[in-house]
Amino acid sequence: MRIPILKLHNYLLISIQIDLDDQTAIQFQEDLLNKIHSSGATGVVIDLTSVDIIDSFIAKVLGDVVTMSDLMGAKVVLTGIQPAVAMTLIDLGIHMQDVPTALDLEQGLIKLRQELEE
Amino acid sequence: MDFQSCVNIKKEWDIVGARQLGRDIAKKIGFGTVDQARIATAISELARNIYLYAGSGKVCFEAIDDMNHKGLSIIAVDEGPGIEELSQVMEDGFSTSGGLGAGLPGVKRLMDEFDIVSEQGKGTEIKVVKWLR
Repeated sequence: MRIPILKLHNYLLISIQIDLDDQTAIQFQEDLLNKIHSSGATGVVIDLTSVDIIDSFIAKVLGDVVTMSDLMGAKVVLTGIQPAVAMTLIDLGIHMQDVPTALDLEQGLIKLRQELEE
Repeated sequence: MDFQSCVNIKKEWDIVGARQLGRDIAKKIGFGTVDQARIATAISELARNIYLYAGSGKVCFEAIDDMNHKGLSIIAVDEGPGIEELSQVMEDGFSTSGGLGAGLPGVKRLMDEFDIVSEQGKGTEIKVVKWLR
């Protein structure tokens, strides 16, 4: 299972719409970094609107991919985290404080534009 | 509604299978979206521990329906190496696998009851319960 990564101008857009297993999550991490490298994208939005569970493993993979992309020079924003997922993450003790987030895709793109134009 | 069903954990994909079945059962019992997510997440952590540390085992679900108590009981059993230092694995941030160390202490916070029995060389059994409010 591969998660599609769409390119829009100098942004990459990803909408995760499946129940993520560990292998798919790791594969996605690699695919995204390769895509950033090959496309020269400066901003990435990962939309999690359809994701109804994030456990500690998936949280680590997502947090890591934000840091890794940052190392490569691309900013990542996570969008659309559901209320139930946010509550569960805090129960798990995962705060993801260094991870940029936005309410939805639209807000995510606005946030990216602001960050990249500064 | 009194039944027991189990999911064998042998390969990585079984983690997803276990949490999907658990979520379905939780939904049938009447848990709301947030508790469904809590339950599914707890199952995911328990099943992953089995897969990572014991290699194989199973996760079983049982709906609880007493006089005025409804809930879901989940038991994760393996015959792996057991846990050397129980108090350590219940600490936030402790991990031997490079993970976040959120697993077991997280499961304890996600659920209402948490019991763990682990014997070195024999295996581990973790029982958790979530009550319907």
